[in-house]
This record gives sequence, C-alpha cells and structure tokens, in this order.
Amino acid sequence: MGNNTAKKSGGSSFFADLTRNQLFIPMAALLLLLVFNLIMDPSFFKVTLGYNSSGNPVLSGFLITILDSGSELAILAIGMTLVTAATGGQDISVGAAIAISGSVLLRMLCGTNTRPETLVMPVILAFLITCVVAMLFGAFNGTLVAVFGIQPMIATLILYTAGRSIAAWVNNNELPIITEPSFAYYGNYIPGCPLPTPFFIAMLCVIVIALVLKFTTLRLYTQAVGINEYSAKLNGLNPVFIKILSFVILGLCVAVVGLIKVSRFSTINYSVIAKDIEMDAILAVALGGNALSGGKFNMTASIIGAYVIQCLTTTLYKFDVQADALPAYKAVVVIVLVVLSAPIVREKLAKLMPKSAAKEVA
Amino acid sequence: MKRKLVSALVCAAMAATMLVGCGGGGETQADAPAADAGTEAPAETPDADAEADAPAADTEAEAPAASGETISVGIINNDPNESGYRTANVRNLEETFSEENGYATQTFYGKENDKQVEAAQKMIQDGVDYLLISAADVAGWETVLQDAQDAGVRVLLYDRIVNADESLYEAGVVSDMAKEGETAVAWLEKQGLDKYEIIHLQGQMGAAAQVGRSEALTAAAEEKGWTLVTQQTAEWNAEKAQQIVQSVIDSGKSFNVIYAENDDMAKGAVAALDKANISHGVDKDVIIMGFDCNKWALEELKAGNWNYDGQCNPFQGEMLAELIQKLENGETLSEKLIYMEEKGFDATEITQEEIDQFGI
Repeated sequence: MGNNTAKKSGGSSFFADLTRNQLFIPMAALLLLLVFNLIMDPSFFKVTLGYNSSGNPVLSGFLITILDSGSELAILAIGMTLVTAATGGQDISVGAAIAISGSVLLRMLCGTNTRPETLVMPVILAFLITCVVAMLFGAFNGTLVAVFGIQPMIATLILYTAGRSIAAWVNNNELPIITEPSFAYYGNYIPGCPLPTPFFIAMLCVIVIALVLKFTTLRLYTQAVGINEYSAKLNGLNPVFIKILSFVILGLCVAVVGLIKVSRFSTINYSVIAKDIEMDAILAVALGGNALSGGKFNMTASIIGAYVIQCLTTTLYKFDVQADALPAYKAVVVIVLVVLSAPIVREKLAKLMPKSAAKEVA
Repeated sequence: MKRKLVSALVCAAMAATMLVGCGGGGETQADAPAADAGTEAPAETPDADAEADAPAADTEAEAPAASGETISVGIINNDPNESGYRTANVRNLEETFSEENGYATQTFYGKENDKQVEAAQKMIQDGVDYLLISAADVAGWETVLQDAQDAGVRVLLYDRIVNADESLYEAGVVSDMAKEGETAVAWLEKQGLDKYEIIHLQGQMGAAAQVGRSEALTAAAEEKGWTLVTQQTAEWNAEKAQQIVQSVIDSGKSFNVIYAENDDMAKGAVAALDKANISHGVDKDVIIMGFDCNKWALEELKAGNWNYDGQCNPFQGEMLAELIQKLENGETLSEKLIYMEEKGFDATEITQEEIDQFGI
C-alpha cells in the first residue's frame, strides 16, 4: 500500500510540480500561442535582416515586434508586481503617470521652445529629472495608500483622472517635437545594432531587479508586508515604508517607459500615450499567477506574462481580426488564461494530472 | 461635554455653510452689475443702453446699432487637452470672443456631460445673452436648453449637435465628417493608380469622425473594386497604427495607400514604413493620407513625405460671431445646420502660408 502511493507520487510528481509551478500558466499560454501560430502560418517565426530608410541594418518579423512592443509592458510589470504584492492592490494611474513623465522629459529637453534645433540639456540629465518627478508621483500614490490607508485603486484614481491634464499643463498644452535624431535611439534602433533598443532597456531593467531581489531583502520584506502587515510590523518591519517604496519603484519603471514611449515618435500626445496600459500591466501580473490580493510574488512569471499579452496582441493583428471584435477576442483569451492561473483551478489541475497519469500507467 | 462640543461644531459648520451660500449668491448678484459697469467705460456705451442691458431679451430689439455694445457669451467646451483639434478650437473661440472684440465671456471646459449641463444652468442664471455649447454627449440637454429659451438666452451649438428639439437652439455649426471622407476619397481616385491596395487605419470606433471618414472609403472600395488590405482601428493612436502596419509588412502583403483617419496614426504608419525601408510620399511607393491638419503634418506634406491631409476645421469662432451679429441685427437664421468649409491639402500644392493659416 505504502509502496503503491510512493510509486504513484513518484510517477506523477513531475506533472504535479509542473502545474503547481507559477511559471506554468504563462509559459503554457506562450507556448499555446506560438504553436497556434506555427500551425496557422509558420511565417510568423520568420525573422529577416533588412535595412531601414536611414540605411541601418534592422531585424524584422513578428517575433522582433513582440520583443520590441512588449518592452514597456515588461518594465511596468516589474513595478506593478511589487505594488500588488506589498499592498494587495493595483496602481491604475501608470498610463497617466507615463504621460506626465514623457511630458516632463520633453519639457526638460526642449525648454519653452516646442521645436528646438538643439536639446537644452543632455538626455541623461533630463531623464534623471524625469525619474525624480515620476518617483515623487509614485510616493504620492504610496503615501495615500500606506499612510492614509486608502484602497490603492481609489488612491491612484486621483492621478488616473488628473494625470493627462497635468501632462498637458507641463508643456503648456503644446506638443513639442524633437528633431535631434539621437533622441529617437531609445525607442527605435541605435545605428548599427539590428535589435530594437527598448528590448535592451527592458532586459537591463530585468537584470537590475533580479540583482536587487537576489542581494537585498526587498522580496522578503515585500512579501511579509503583503501576507500579513500586522505581523510584519511586530517583526520590526515598517509596512508604510515598504508600501511607499513599492510605489516609488513603480514610479521609476514609469519614467523608463516614458522615455521609451516619447522617444518612439520623438513627440507626445497627451490623450493617447500609453492609453489603457495599466490594464495590460495588471493583467501581466495576474497572468503570471500572482495573487492580486498581495503576498507572495514571482517576478519572472509577471515579465513572461507581459510578453504573452504582447504576443496575443500581435497575433490578433496578424490574423486581421475585425477591428471592433478585437477587444472581445482579447477578453475571451484573457478570461481563460486568468481563470486557469487562479490558485484554486491550479490546485484542481494538479490533482487531475496525477490521476490521468496513474491511469495511463495502469 | 463631548456632545456639547460636537453640537457646537455642527452649528458652526451650518452657519459657515449658510454664510458661504449667501456669499456665493451675493457675489453672483454683485458680479453682473459689476461686469456691466466695467464694460461701460471702455465701450463708451450710453447709459440708457447699459440700463436696458439687464433684461437681456429686450436689448436686442432695442439696440439695432450694436457696434459698441458688449455681448455676454457663455462658452461650454470639452477638455482642451483632448486633442490638438480641441486645443485649437478652444483657443479660437477664446480669441474670437475676447474683451477687445466686445464680448464679456465666461467659459467652462470639461469632459463630463453633467458638469457641462450644470455650468450651462449657472450661465443661464447669470443672464448671458448667448450660450455656445459643444456637448460631451448628445443626450441630456433638452431641459437645460428649454430653461435657456424660457430665460431668453439664445443657444448656438458648435462642433457637436445634441439630441434636442431643433426649436431649442438657433443653429449648429459643425464639421461634415462624411464630406471630409468624400473629399479625401475623391482625391485618392484622382491619383489614377493602377491598383488600389489600401491599409485603412480607423479612429476610435463609433466616433463621429471615424464613422464619417470610414464610410466614404468603405463605399468607394466596394464600388470601385479597391482592395482594403486591412481595416483596423488604431484608436487615434500612433503606436497602435505602427503595430498594425508593421504586422501587414511582416505578413508580406503588398499595399500602396495608407488611409489614416488622423495625423497621429499616419505618423505611426510612416514609422513602420521607414523601419522596413518602404518609400512613401510624393511619387514614391506608398501614398500617405491623414486628417486634422496638424501643423507638423502639413510640414510633412510640404516636405513630400506625405501626400494628402484632410482638414477638420476647428475655427468655428468667426462663423459663430457672424451668426450672433445676425441675430443681434434681428435677422433670422435660414439654416439650422451650418457646415464649416473644409479643405483637403495636396502635398504638391501646399504653401507655407497655408501651413501657417490652417495648421493647428
């Protein structure tokens, strides 16, 4: 009897571990999308080396597009995961905050002239100022949440509503355009490098956060606060600080995304820049199998989740899904994925797997 | 003790509210004559006329030579940050109905319909002569327009028409979105291409501008056998447009026209073309069409990178001022709906003067 159960768990533990692993759902979703594309049209995987109109070599193809366009989402997913884990709520103001960051960046680079011949200050300096501004806005959200105990979604609703107006106000309602070609590098290609720059920036962010999580106590403290704020406090942690910190880190992510977004077209449109990106970012966290009520988190899963969403968008564009039906398709896929990644369903799945495996053995 | 304190606080709060309420009322009452007095001096209005000013409805008949008269106007518009179009629109109206031009103007900008309605109510109470409205939503205006009529305030709609009985407003000054589309499609047909393979980038589905501009192209494509390689909404967003066009390029489909329903989307499309080294513009492989006539877009046109830009005219101020002048002179307006004149610009013909004049 004992022998039997041991054998059973031994034979099926691989599946059980697999399905219980948090990376399972986003990876399975990604795989599913890729297999679907492979069957429908293998040209999805074709990557070609060509030259752009300024004569630089660039790689192009659907996969490159996914890596390129998914970058912003991946960066945001980092911050959003931390906020979700620490506060058990989400920041819905990231789109508006990106508009503010982009606007501040342009204001710094252009001064009062909306069509500058030369940049007023180096991009790096303007970017650092933008980071400070974005982190301040993050701290504002964080203070509302941590100090005043307001629901994160309600607290960030303030900036969600006001953010784009603030962004427009920063530049006096003008739309600055930067003609300096080197500014476009951050959102497009560095001459001579065939891979899009946003991908490198995203990877840099991923590496930085991986190192931070490995060598600091950020993960432990964030999870402790997210799981039980009270006992975290009893153990000498400062939940208020940890929560504000998570929002400030998200602010930093927002500043980076702002740089990429503004650089893509060297200009800004306050009302549509990064529109609805907060929903995709939250979705990336959910897809990664992270509990939206906070607590434990898996950063890798969130980042993969972000690329899954971009993969889905690109696939839908590729198959020319009727314009008005596109959000509906997306919604259906999203419902399935989110339900699948819910802990309850995953438990059920994990139980289901060994049974079928055992049957096969029998 | 505690209860006493609380009740004292409540009393204080109530008293404060009453004071504030009275103060507010007093202010508005004080405001109206003050405004009149203020305008008297610079406009050098005879005293008799100024007195007659108070019952707003009467003055129009009594003052046929209204040259020196100050007309009070309430402007209700949408959020100026909504788009370049809106920014230009707000600025144009503010410039037209300025103090120098003999108007006492109060404004309200907001993207929420009910806030707009509230503001309109307040303006009616303040006794404006004219109410100029660009509504956020078509519904919910009947009552307030009725109130305006009862109070003798004349209403002119601009940019957007509301669902209300025609008798409740004097006229509406609007863009003819369908005509914008037709003008663009007529231009496209005139190009006499061997084949028409079009990427159609639509605006936010259901928006008046999207419906009007899409309709013309869809109809033409069906009628003339043009191919719509893809027809997709990019929601006025440059980046989405870039992804859609990128997707078409990656699929290896051929196309020679990009019909984008605003300038931003055209810009996004061009970015995708540049990346794939596909030439675009005058006498190049792909024709680029945009709408709205942003200044930077017209500059692209002049540089030959784009081919066509359709105007969506935000400069309704002059027309509204003209209508008000007519009403002041006691004329009746012959048409309920007045369409703005809108041009389409061709890259080969556009001049710098036109860019300065029509660019928003």
